[in-house]
Amino acid sequence: MAILVDENTKILIQGITGSFGGRHAQLSLDYGTQLVAGVTPGKGGQTFADTVPIFDTVGQAVEETGATVSTIFVPPPFAADAILEAVDAGVELVVAITEGIPVMDMMRVRAGMAGSGARLIGPNCPGIVTPGTGPDSHGGCRIGIAPGYIHKRGKVGVVSRSGTLTYEAVYQLTSLGLGQSTCVGIGGDPINGTSHLDIMKMFNEDPETEAIIMIGEIGGTAEEEAAEWAKENCDKPIAGFIAGATAPPGRRMGHAGAIVSGGKGTAEAKIAAMRDAGIEVADNPSDMGAALVRAMG
Amino acid sequence: MNIHEYQAKELFEKFGVATPKGKVADTAEEAKAAAAELGDEIVVKAQVHAGGRGKGTFKNGFQGGVHVVKNADEAADVASKMIGQTLVTHQTGEEGKLVSKIMVADAVDIEKEYYLAILMDRESRSPVIVASTEGGVNIEDVAENTPDKIYNEVIHPLLGLQPYEIRNISAQLGFTGDTAKQFGKLLKALYKLFISCDCSMVEVNPLVTTPDGQVMALDAKFDFDDNALYRHPEIAELHDPTEEDPREVEAAKFDLNYIGLDGNIACLVNGAGLAMATMDIIKQSGGEPANFLDVGGGATQEQVRNAFKIILSDPNVKGILVNIFGGIMDCDVIAKGIVAACGEVDLNIPLIVRLEGNNVEAGKATLASSDVNLIPADTLADAAQKAVAAIAV
Repeated sequence: MAILVDENTKILIQGITGSFGGRHAQLSLDYGTQLVAGVTPGKGGQTFADTVPIFDTVGQAVEETGATVSTIFVPPPFAADAILEAVDAGVELVVAITEGIPVMDMMRVRAGMAGSGARLIGPNCPGIVTPGTGPDSHGGCRIGIAPGYIHKRGKVGVVSRSGTLTYEAVYQLTSLGLGQSTCVGIGGDPINGTSHLDIMKMFNEDPETEAIIMIGEIGGTAEEEAAEWAKENCDKPIAGFIAGATAPPGRRMGHAGAIVSGGKGTAEAKIAAMRDAGIEVADNPSDMGAALVRAMG
Repeated sequence: MNIHEYQAKELFEKFGVATPKGKVADTAEEAKAAAAELGDEIVVKAQVHAGGRGKGTFKNGFQGGVHVVKNADEAADVASKMIGQTLVTHQTGEEGKLVSKIMVADAVDIEKEYYLAILMDRESRSPVIVASTEGGVNIEDVAENTPDKIYNEVIHPLLGLQPYEIRNISAQLGFTGDTAKQFGKLLKALYKLFISCDCSMVEVNPLVTTPDGQVMALDAKFDFDDNALYRHPEIAELHDPTEEDPREVEAAKFDLNYIGLDGNIACLVNGAGLAMATMDIIKQSGGEPANFLDVGGGATQEQVRNAFKIILSDPNVKGILVNIFGGIMDCDVIAKGIVAACGEVDLNIPLIVRLEGNNVEAGKATLASSDVNLIPADTLADAAQKAVAAIAV
């Protein structure tokens, strides 16, 4: 099973001809991902890596290839338009990797997506990996920029706002022999498409997922909401980690959404809510894998 | 990004948000000329990004960064005592802030003070207008003590501010007749400014009514979305680098995300989440982080070298912790960057390096075979403990 995507999911990449998008498109192909199309306006008719057709519009790409997921590698000034184009073309899932999209653009995108049936992951996120069963987890679905080889197919669901912290958690799990069902980076921006809570609900309903790691950071109240829900509704063991306990209030810590303002969004409040929900909170990022082992008893 | 009070006033004037007449000045002569165009009561205000100016003290002994004067000569006299001097307030720290500009403006008779703000609310994913009859004080205290005196109106992201919403807020503040009309005009202009300039917050505190029936924005605080500055060059120009930590300004030139802190263990990390977590674990291990530093996912050798220089420009730094999880990045490339950087900067404090990920064995071999004196660590916890121990020696 896994959530959101699996090894049969057909994906396309908007911005496949850019250097960043192209590099990660190649890595996804190497991983065995069903990358069936690229989209770059004005470059329709060309191919990527001699195999992947490039289209001018997402509508054409979807019609020709049957792709159901789009990945956005488009630069910030054009990213909102690219997301809306993908939604309008009828894809089920849009994964926005782009960092630095203006908040008001994301506000309008979210409002514009209402009622469309499409889901957005990100922006400013590492993407999604459902590991494959081959060597170094080859044969899975890798969407975005995560290192594929650190994964291993298994039973732990991972959800996180941060890229490198996700990789840390996955690496520890794999080292401990614990594979992952799906790893989802929801992104570090203040307005994003999918919350911790949305992903927790999916993991809870996924029969393959038997345990969950939830990684958060300062800013907003998404972790508290997820913890509160999990307390009543999730019987699967959960481990967690929150970054930013020492961050000075009022300063944005790299991620646009990582800020404690007006006394809201502190690490203390998040950790307290998670502990109250019975989540095993890791003391430090080196302890995330071990914390999950403790949670699983 | 924040801006100065006089710049806020200029934005208000541009968008038609009623505000007292005033002007910025660089010199006492300019202050005199500007004050001559104003009324009988003139306020002179030092322009720095810090609160508590009124109760601040200049290092030359002059008391107060805000003065009310009666005429242009007095304005020039006060300006001459402020410009070029350093103002210390409860928000500037002991070192204070250099005042290079002052603002002169008409002093306004206040009938009543209100609070009005517009901010991007992440929970509702919408602009929210916050209004209160309790103005001129810290709004967080009002929220804490009398939350029923704060009124919120969530604005639809695509429809924008509607006339009925203005009426709702106006009614909550108790405005009627012409005052309500003036308030409506001000709020409409303020909302337009907020949206047009990609603000993340604009706070008018206080908003005032005057005995002669005017509604005005007396003081304002802006915060702009840094990600949107590319489409507002005129606002990006308002940025005053002298108001910021020079190390942060330097770091930004190299696309490094640096925030200076008070501790003595510097850190250099890839990824914002991991960088925060590295600070946390230093603290947890009994040390104090000297900075937040995210070199990003695709850091180059050049960036690593500049990151070292910025870290070492902080005299408090007694040790450096490098924590890299090389996912796509090759750990050996990072290791070579560290060795090159250390060769250039004449490092004489402990350097603790934790590398993990892609091609890590080659990276560790590169570090081990170099003549850089460093302490290798296996996990982040191990690295933090070694860093704390190393600077204790």
